Amino acid sequence: MSTVIAVILFVGVIAYALFGGADYGAGFWDLTAGGETRGHRVRELINLSLSPVWEANHTWLVFCLVTIWTGFPRAFTAITTTLYIPLGLAALGIVARGAGFAFRHALTERQAQRVSGIAFACSSVLTPFFFGTIAGGIASGRVPSAGHGDALSSWLNPTSVLGGVLAVTVCAYLAAVFLTGQAQRRADASLEHACRLRAFAAGVGGGVVALVGVYVLYSDAPRLFHQLRTVGAPLLAVSGLCGLAALILLHRGRPPVVRALAALAIATVVAGWGVAQYPYLLGTHLTIQQAAAPSATLWVLLVVSCVAAALIAPSLVLLYTLQLQRKLG
Amino acid sequence: MTLSALLGAVDPPQLLPAREQMAFTLGFHIILVPFGVAFTFMMLICQYRGLRRGDQQALLLAQRWSKVAAVLFAVGAVSGTVLTFELGLLWPGLMGKYGSAFGFPFAIEGLFFFLEAIFMAIYIYGWKRLPPWPHFFTGVVVTLSGVGGTASVIAANSWMNQPAGIVVKNGRVVDVIPSKVFFNGAFWWEMVHMLLAAYIVAGFMVAGVYAWDLLKGRRDHYHRLGFLVPFTVAAIAMPLQFLVGDTIARQVFDREPAKFAAIEMVPTTGTHVPEILGGVYIDGEVRYGIPLPGVASILAGFRPSTPIKGLDAIPPDVRPDDAVVSVVHLAFDVMVGTASLLLLLALWFAWLWWRRREVPTNPWFLRSAAVAGLVSLLSLESGWVVTEVGRQPWTVVGLLLTRDAVATQGNLWPLFATVLAIYFCVGAGALFVLRTMRRRWAEEGTDAVAVPYGPRPAPAMNGRTSGADDA
Repeated sequence: MSTVIAVILFVGVIAYALFGGADYGAGFWDLTAGGETRGHRVRELINLSLSPVWEANHTWLVFCLVTIWTGFPRAFTAITTTLYIPLGLAALGIVARGAGFAFRHALTERQAQRVSGIAFACSSVLTPFFFGTIAGGIASGRVPSAGHGDALSSWLNPTSVLGGVLAVTVCAYLAAVFLTGQAQRRADASLEHACRLRAFAAGVGGGVVALVGVYVLYSDAPRLFHQLRTVGAPLLAVSGLCGLAALILLHRGRPPVVRALAALAIATVVAGWGVAQYPYLLGTHLTIQQAAAPSATLWVLLVVSCVAAALIAPSLVLLYTLQLQRKLG
Repeated sequence: MTLSALLGAVDPPQLLPAREQMAFTLGFHIILVPFGVAFTFMMLICQYRGLRRGDQQALLLAQRWSKVAAVLFAVGAVSGTVLTFELGLLWPGLMGKYGSAFGFPFAIEGLFFFLEAIFMAIYIYGWKRLPPWPHFFTGVVVTLSGVGGTASVIAANSWMNQPAGIVVKNGRVVDVIPSKVFFNGAFWWEMVHMLLAAYIVAGFMVAGVYAWDLLKGRRDHYHRLGFLVPFTVAAIAMPLQFLVGDTIARQVFDREPAKFAAIEMVPTTGTHVPEILGGVYIDGEVRYGIPLPGVASILAGFRPSTPIKGLDAIPPDVRPDDAVVSVVHLAFDVMVGTASLLLLLALWFAWLWWRRREVPTNPWFLRSAAVAGLVSLLSLESGWVVTEVGRQPWTVVGLLLTRDAVATQGNLWPLFATVLAIYFCVGAGALFVLRTMRRRWAEEGTDAVAVPYGPRPAPAMNGRTSGADDA
């Protein structure tokens, strides 16, 4: 039972990595779009594609937090009492980002737009970095079961930094792929080309980071490395193939195919992390079962998740379909 | 508990910043909650009118409100996310011990919030291209999710006031009865209380903006409607809120005697307890208040001979200190005082409406209506102070002391300082955005703007709209 909940939790993590990730990545491209005139069109595209969907995308984060504190309260407090610095920074980043984006969308004055735009774009890059360091800290087993681990080295370590950089590049990659599709739907060839270039650059960047990551994990997180090399290998292979295929197809493939491949490449990496952790939630000292809440609670979580799947999945499909058909905005 | 009792009354150093930060961020977030929960309902009233009667001004109003809601909902969404982080960062003792017990209502809340966010987005961004009635019903989903979300969060909060449905062995929760956790003793009334509060605050806040316009002489249909719809919603909810609040007070008297003793500032158990207006609690004595003899006893049990447990009935090691008692008592007075003023305002409105059947033009009424939003906000905030501070020194009554729930890691002051700075910017930014929107709309006026659903050829269901087009 506890494993089922852990799987559900990981589905949430993957969903957040994909949807929230694409969101953060859009902020990355917003930041790097260039000066006011040069970056205007990219920013406009980002504004139009993001505004209806970003709040729903971030609800996955709330889902993950709630599932972990209800299903695995011990692990939750162990994480929050150890990784409190990156968690606090990420929370503040979310505030600056969401508020900045909403304000920019609603404002028409240039100066005010610029200020809120900067808040949005900078925090869009910092927040996924902090989430990446948190993932790295957990994955490399730096969170003790009783919590109160080292406040700094738990997230300022090779694996965490790798996680942070990887998170930022992956977000940028996903966003560029999604934005390419959006530009294509708007029949804007030059913008489509610009987004495609960005996707390509981010994809190559992500590949390089992943290759460097192999060495980092080998020296810094031997268990994770071993698990990824054995049980996680098939997933990582799928990820690599999908990533490569997406890069190749980027230039002539149809956007839905490329989008699916890109999403699959990211989803399998995150799933690989989950598989490598199994059966442990923290390091090799707290198993999923040990950390789990009483079974009645887990059942409630399961039921809530099923209801959520039945209600939210179609709603999300509706939202994204309307958005893709440009019925919103 | 025994350990901390042995250690004496010295509070852990993080308790102050943690409590202040939680109070500040909750107090900030709760301002936005009414707009997420209740504002859509008012938009729907206008939209319904617009669609049924072909009232283009009503449609314009609804559309503009939805733009306001988009900004406030965004700020509310992020400040709500911060609260989920804070539960872990500030109160690991609470979540680690009782997360498995009262965590799941938050999961249900997450579900409702998800629905709300999705349909809010469709509603807000769907004005131009969705067919009118399907668009209307996406708003209905938002309103219903708001009710569900409120219920879930209140379930978690009310559980902390009257914990139920758990089996604890050796300090660990070993079994949970979910229905008893969710529908705990305090749930129903607290839920209705907050839901009504959300409609009251959103109603008075929005109406206040248009009351100001009416005062300035902008008395066209658009502004009258903008005042009338939210004000009526709030005015209808107000008397209901009094009945609910009164019931809750007696329930607190029955089931949370410690909180009741602090609310009524009762030093010693006894009968014929006076209701004290104002005043503070110093060294176990009531000072400076105006006592109304026997009234507290009458309110609690309809007879002056009703005995009320005093603060002396609480064991000394878990007795709230003087400052807590004063804060709870004064917050209660402020809540009831402001709510009474709002009730009078609602009655005044009813009287004026009954006499003339039109939006009141009396300047003093409009001035009062213009500030009613802020007054209702004060009422809402003080109500939460009563329930949260009134629970102290407990976080979960009888099970977990706040000083045992608080974080011990690191230093929370820098985090709190950053939170203050960022929230200040966000708050100022939100006000600035709203002011900019208001100015822009004032310049655009209400006639020359493209009205939602206007330019398109009317679909079959929308026949009346185009038929009654007054442009």
